[in-house]
Amino acid sequence: MSFLQKIGVVPNLEKQPEHDECAIENVSRRSFIKGAGMTGASLVIGVQFSANSLAASKSDEFSPDVFISMDKKGTVTVISHRSEMGQGIRSSLPLLIADEMECDWERVVVEQAIGDAKYGSQNTDGSRSVRRFYVRLKQAGATARTMLQQAAAQVWKVDVDQVTIYNHQAKLNNSNKTLDFAQLGEIAASLPVPDKETLKLKTEAEHRYVGKENMENLDGKAIVTGKAIFGFDVEVTGMKYAVIARPPVVFGKVKSLDDSEAMKVPGVIKIIQMPALSPPAVFNMLGGVAVIAENTWAAIEARKKLKIEWDHGANASYNTKSHEAVFKKALQNPPHTVRNRGDWEQAKSAANKTLTQDYYVAGLAHATMEPPAATAIVTDKGVDVWTCTQTPQSAQRNAMGVMQYPQERAKDVNIHVTLLGGGFGRKSKPDYIAEAVFLAKETGMPIKVQWTREDEIKHGYYHSPSYQRLSATFDKKGAATGWYHSMVNHPIAATFNPNAKQAGSAELGQADMPYDLPNIKILNGESDTFMRIGWVRSVTNINNAFAACSFADEMAYHAGQDPKDYLLQLIGKDQHIDLAKDGYQYGNYGEQASVFPVDTARLKNVIKLVANKAGWGKKLAKGHGMGIAAHRSFCGYIATVVEVSTDNGKVKLENITYAVDSGKVINPDRVRSQMEGAAIFSTSLAFYGEITADNGIVEQGNFHDYEMARMSQIPDIEVHIVNSDEPPAGVGEPGVPPFAPALCNAIFAATGNRYRRLPLKQFGIV
Amino acid sequence: MIELTINGSPHKLDVAAEMPLLWALRDILKMTGSKYGCGMGLCGACTVHLDGEATRSCVLPVSAAVGRKITTIEGLSENGDHPVQKAWLDKKVAQCGYCQVGQIMSATSLLDKNDQPTDDDIDQAMGGNICRCGTYPRIRSAIHSAAKLYREAK
Ligand code: FES
Ligand code: FES
Repeated sequence: MSFLQKIGVVPNLEKQPEHDECAIENVSRRSFIKGAGMTGASLVIGVQFSANSLAASKSDEFSPDVFISMDKKGTVTVISHRSEMGQGIRSSLPLLIADEMECDWERVVVEQAIGDAKYGSQNTDGSRSVRRFYVRLKQAGATARTMLQQAAAQVWKVDVDQVTIYNHQAKLNNSNKTLDFAQLGEIAASLPVPDKETLKLKTEAEHRYVGKENMENLDGKAIVTGKAIFGFDVEVTGMKYAVIARPPVVFGKVKSLDDSEAMKVPGVIKIIQMPALSPPAVFNMLGGVAVIAENTWAAIEARKKLKIEWDHGANASYNTKSHEAVFKKALQNPPHTVRNRGDWEQAKSAANKTLTQDYYVAGLAHATMEPPAATAIVTDKGVDVWTCTQTPQSAQRNAMGVMQYPQERAKDVNIHVTLLGGGFGRKSKPDYIAEAVFLAKETGMPIKVQWTREDEIKHGYYHSPSYQRLSATFDKKGAATGWYHSMVNHPIAATFNPNAKQAGSAELGQADMPYDLPNIKILNGESDTFMRIGWVRSVTNINNAFAACSFADEMAYHAGQDPKDYLLQLIGKDQHIDLAKDGYQYGNYGEQASVFPVDTARLKNVIKLVANKAGWGKKLAKGHGMGIAAHRSFCGYIATVVEVSTDNGKVKLENITYAVDSGKVINPDRVRSQMEGAAIFSTSLAFYGEITADNGIVEQGNFHDYEMARMSQIPDIEVHIVNSDEPPAGVGEPGVPPFAPALCNAIFAATGNRYRRLPLKQFGIV
Repeated sequence: MIELTINGSPHKLDVAAEMPLLWALRDILKMTGSKYGCGMGLCGACTVHLDGEATRSCVLPVSAAVGRKITTIEGLSENGDHPVQKAWLDKKVAQCGYCQVGQIMSATSLLDKNDQPTDDDIDQAMGGNICRCGTYPRIRSAIHSAAKLYREAK
């Protein structure tokens, strides 16, 4: 099991069932549905995805991941167990069920599951929600449909095949007779679940919702009227507001505190010292001093008046800029060979020419539009938390840790998931939830902890800065013979284990690179870590793809060839790359290679498609340039063409084109919106993204020094989706990695200047 | 006591004169439609109308809003059917949705003054609103289609 699997960034394959393995049960009469808030339902189908699901379904241990329930009016409620943070998951997953069940979409309601082990893994990281559940959710929908069909057949006393189910109705063939789902629920509830083998799943052509345009966004209306409830918006009776002065340096401690001035601020109720944090950081509270007040403003004002002397601790030695030299040194002789093909050293000594370049990508913060927030109530009976979280179950574990509850009290901790004002990986780290629970416990009051923007920027789980060295060898004829890529960063693993030093994660875009060369060497260096490091949308694919896709472009230039043609040539023949042959055990985002191979044909296809759509090779206006990059991540294949213009030394984005092959598409509009979002997220990071620390203290604090792309900088974005029958891949993250290299390749094409460091702000060109 | 007129109704608030309007709306009046994003006037999430003008409520002390007409998202339309809200739904602008109230308040203030905005006008008027999810192109196109609805309604 790889490290990322262990901590849940990518799922653990050993524990994951086959793609179509699940247990589907009629649970209409089971007692536990009351606890799940479905009393009043007539028909309830439970679906469990776990590996031992079949055994479990026969016993009391059956604990469904997804419920489909129908009330007496025929309203179908799908309990969605994934957090919504802008990707449309809340509508995509139920869409599958509703389509297969032949529901009228207008009569489908989606409810958010609360965080509980009974819903299976609720993690919304790793772009895998749709990827994992496609077939199983279809089966669940088909089960309900078949039972309703059988119920109608019973009523009419006919064979099942005399009944057609369409749009929330059963119709008796060759007659005008119809029955609404509402009239069939009770009867269906008394029927056994049909054998999975007998289910007739709809074909792609029969889908009415899946893959179709113009499916309404479930939360759209609530959002545009301001009624949508995010973590920040939660309001419970008697609630007080908390902001926290956290140690400026990770693992720092309060040396002394004078809160006398702060206590004088009207509205301040209490000032509480938080427990200090010692390594490892994991998802624990950072410590510091909390101000509890009647309103947010009073809390913020009082926090300014706290006089705290900090013991900054060992991490105060850290300076991001000077650490670059340490990184560089770490790549002189990196100790960890991750992937090895042929003989790189041999290739180097035989080479006619070797091209070597270094790349540096700065550290990044998530900057979710909504900073972290959590509201907690603690009583003798247990804990209720309302919060924006991507991972309700680790939130539950975290809350239990604070309460020092034994495992059997898990049922007393309810995590109610609100909408998320952006996640990007930040909201899968529930440190803020622990803070709310701690303060609610200490004060006996309902507490809402809100992070200000400064808190969010200064106390993040950052994407690590990284230093990379790329090398390629060429023979006498100029043909490429070898590829070398070494990388060092502060590993995410260090957040969980202070002794972890090996750079992470090669499996995200470094070691799984697709170029077919006879000699390949992929290495990782080692470094200490001084901040909390975490996963930010697409994780180390950001820096790995930046370096690898930029370097491929440099090789094309060196060879005097068109970058797109050269890229296709580097990728070579159609094949499923067998990384094990190069001595590399590839994590493949938790997926099996047989289902989700590294397929070079699909990668080449998106390259050709994007080039074609963007008009690659056409004559461009003076000062314009086009760049291309392609990258596979989260089992999706994305190619991007960026066209820039330059004026007075400033770069302007002119056109952005994406081609996406993410397998079967459930909601094409949400795929497009994810690519648009990825392009803009990447513009921010490529132009401005840079977190630095001095004396261990983060130097940025708000949008003036951690800038975001603005509307005027973003042209229209064209997204072309490959029509595919392959199993669905993730779409939330893979749009990010190819953008920055395509951009820098375009700048090179326009200006002849090669930028090997991000962000570009440092060069004064944006 | 601070007296404010919000969405046409008078409100009396017992808060410090320097409390930003955003927190008065959210914490005191429980009108949570206006969002917090930066507290420094940098992101536009908290945008409301002050006498029709798009204003960042996170940096506006309540005392400065006395005697002026405040409109928030809660008062923009009765049934969520303002042309801008309609266009937003039609273009499926929202991703996470957190910034969108502020975007809509900035867009309505622009369109109230100019119902034939160019791309440049839009970029200019919307420059203070960040969308981290990246919905800018859709916002631009939604504003154009809302502008059409404005003109038709005339
Ligand atoms: S919260 Fe007011 S501008 Fe950002
Ligand atoms: S939609 Fe998420 S920040 Fe704009």
